[in-house]
Amino acid sequence: MAQKTMIQAITEALATELKNDENVVVFGEDVGNNGGVFRATEGLQAEFGEDRVFDTPLAESGIGGLAIGLALEGYRPVPEIQFFGFVFEVMDSIVGQAARTRYRMSSTRNLPITIRAPFGGGVHTPELHSDNLEGLMAQSPGIKVVIPSNPYDAKGLLISAIRDNDPVIFLEHMKLYRSFREEVPEEAYTIPLGKAAVAKEGTDVSIITYGAMVRESLKAAENLEKEGISVEVIDLRTVAPLDIETIIASVEKTGRVVVVQEAQRQAGVGAAVMAEISERAVLSLEAPIMRVAAPDTVFPFGQAENIWLPNATDIEAKVKEAYNF
Amino acid sequence: MGQSIQNKAGLTDQDFLNIYQKMWDIRLFDEKVETLFLAGKIHGTTHLSIGQEATAAGSGYLLRPTDWITSTHRGHGHSIAKNTEMNQMMAELFGRENGTNNGKGGSMHIADLDKGNLGSNGIVGAGYPIAVGAALSSQMQGKDQVTICYAGDGSTNEGSFHEALNLASIWQLPVVFFIENNQYGMSSSIKEMVNIPHLSERGAAYGIEGVTIDGNDIVAVVDATYQAIEKAKKGRGPTLIEAKTYRFKGHSKSDQRIYRTREEELHWETNHDPLQLTEKLLIQAGILTKEASQQIEANRKEAVEQAVIFAEAGTLPAASALYENVYVD
Repeated sequence: MAQKTMIQAITEALATELKNDENVVVFGEDVGNNGGVFRATEGLQAEFGEDRVFDTPLAESGIGGLAIGLALEGYRPVPEIQFFGFVFEVMDSIVGQAARTRYRMSSTRNLPITIRAPFGGGVHTPELHSDNLEGLMAQSPGIKVVIPSNPYDAKGLLISAIRDNDPVIFLEHMKLYRSFREEVPEEAYTIPLGKAAVAKEGTDVSIITYGAMVRESLKAAENLEKEGISVEVIDLRTVAPLDIETIIASVEKTGRVVVVQEAQRQAGVGAAVMAEISERAVLSLEAPIMRVAAPDTVFPFGQAENIWLPNATDIEAKVKEAYNF
Repeated sequence: MGQSIQNKAGLTDQDFLNIYQKMWDIRLFDEKVETLFLAGKIHGTTHLSIGQEATAAGSGYLLRPTDWITSTHRGHGHSIAKNTEMNQMMAELFGRENGTNNGKGGSMHIADLDKGNLGSNGIVGAGYPIAVGAALSSQMQGKDQVTICYAGDGSTNEGSFHEALNLASIWQLPVVFFIENNQYGMSSSIKEMVNIPHLSERGAAYGIEGVTIDGNDIVAVVDATYQAIEKAKKGRGPTLIEAKTYRFKGHSKSDQRIYRTREEELHWETNHDPLQLTEKLLIQAGILTKEASQQIEANRKEAVEQAVIFAEAGTLPAASALYENVYVD
């Protein structure tokens, strides 16, 4: 097995599914010859042709609607939104149409669309390129929202997303694209959607997190182990629908929980996780459910994000607070 | 039967009688819907196609079952013209399980995939890129299919219109953008909302041929749609048809129509009623008599009454249906 970055794993997943299913089509802004802003689609047009991997104009709303029309007619579209901050231009196609088409038509017709998009802080892109907008998506029944935290998961989850018959929003954290490598098998494999992973087992405190904060949480957990605090890290992998079973099992085991997200505090995925825990496992708790999140302000410009983004130090402090409560 | 009415599509006298019958279906269906609405038997809101029967019936008649349409909030006429059963449509408006969408879509979301109806839509302009996606799938599969994207005048100011037209043009897709210009987007006159005399001119900006026709003239509708369909089938790309028409009723249930005069309405109802105009055309061509016309109207009235009986006999969806088809599993 070769060591690969997350971006390589994603490209491999796309290539695998383009090869595996002739109905898979990849399109978006600059994804063809150019291979995408982050090179996620590099070489795919050359390998699979312009009919399977093609450029669109700068037209997010058009891209979203296009995917619906293609999906209704048997294709398995994998459009890219160049940065997830551009999702506002395509909200109607995703939330107003794709998420509801099956329900409102009371249809057995599938809508196997996977919308890929980079997002996330820590790489000094301007605010709309970095925003964590998964909470907006998670509030919309009918779509699944998947966020991998490492190269191995990215490949398996993306293959699952493309093969899934519901619309999936597949969010790729930019900081994870090239920041580390991992063993990623050459062959195709799947990781189930809607299932969280226990990234690290522990007994004292549970961290429930996803995306780039998994790495930060693991770093924090490693430091805390040295101080004798045993931390369990749950990687949600799919943030909608939530794998409540895995979350509750961990909370019942440790009795102390810190929810960690890169997004702003208000509403959002972390709040939903906290609400589920308080509804279902309050009697297992030995401390209040705690949270590490970005402040409720606009995603900051430039170096300011170093202050604004949650990190391993913040997580460590919060875990200690829970542990010592 | 002969071919008494000159037209580019080669339609026979029988074809025109069929279209005329469809026009009555649309008129009577929506008149009934209005009555039912006022009687409190249908809930939600509803947008009537009364006065716009020629655009839907004339263009839809030229499509095969394998061709597709996307439709709008004012979509009953398009669905009827695409041969969705009135029984199931009425049941859908009643929110019954025997409706087109099993009672889960309602007036603004009637869809009938087996008949090539990809759905009407509650969002103005949402159908444009979906139609373009359907047309792209035809092109990629090398199928001889055409998609008609119905839309209203107001939607030509939405971004999706411009994105979709450009996409369809750069890829020369087999799609016909059929704008029913009924002259008002809810309360706003299109004359105040665009600064060009004809919406069809917007096609030029995208390299798309645009034509403006009298949407209440059935032959003009047939001719323009036929030419656009043939062009699309030959791989020569999209056409933008602007069909000028008039909605005789308000935008939706609560519209007092303070933005237009009763004189204007009377003018259209008296001089431009597509049903009257088509009847006159068919009588003059010698393929219809006044008596036969009244018979058609009576027959179709009966069909609409049957649709109401069908709808009322349907059951409301079980509460469990709320949880079905949100996801595949």
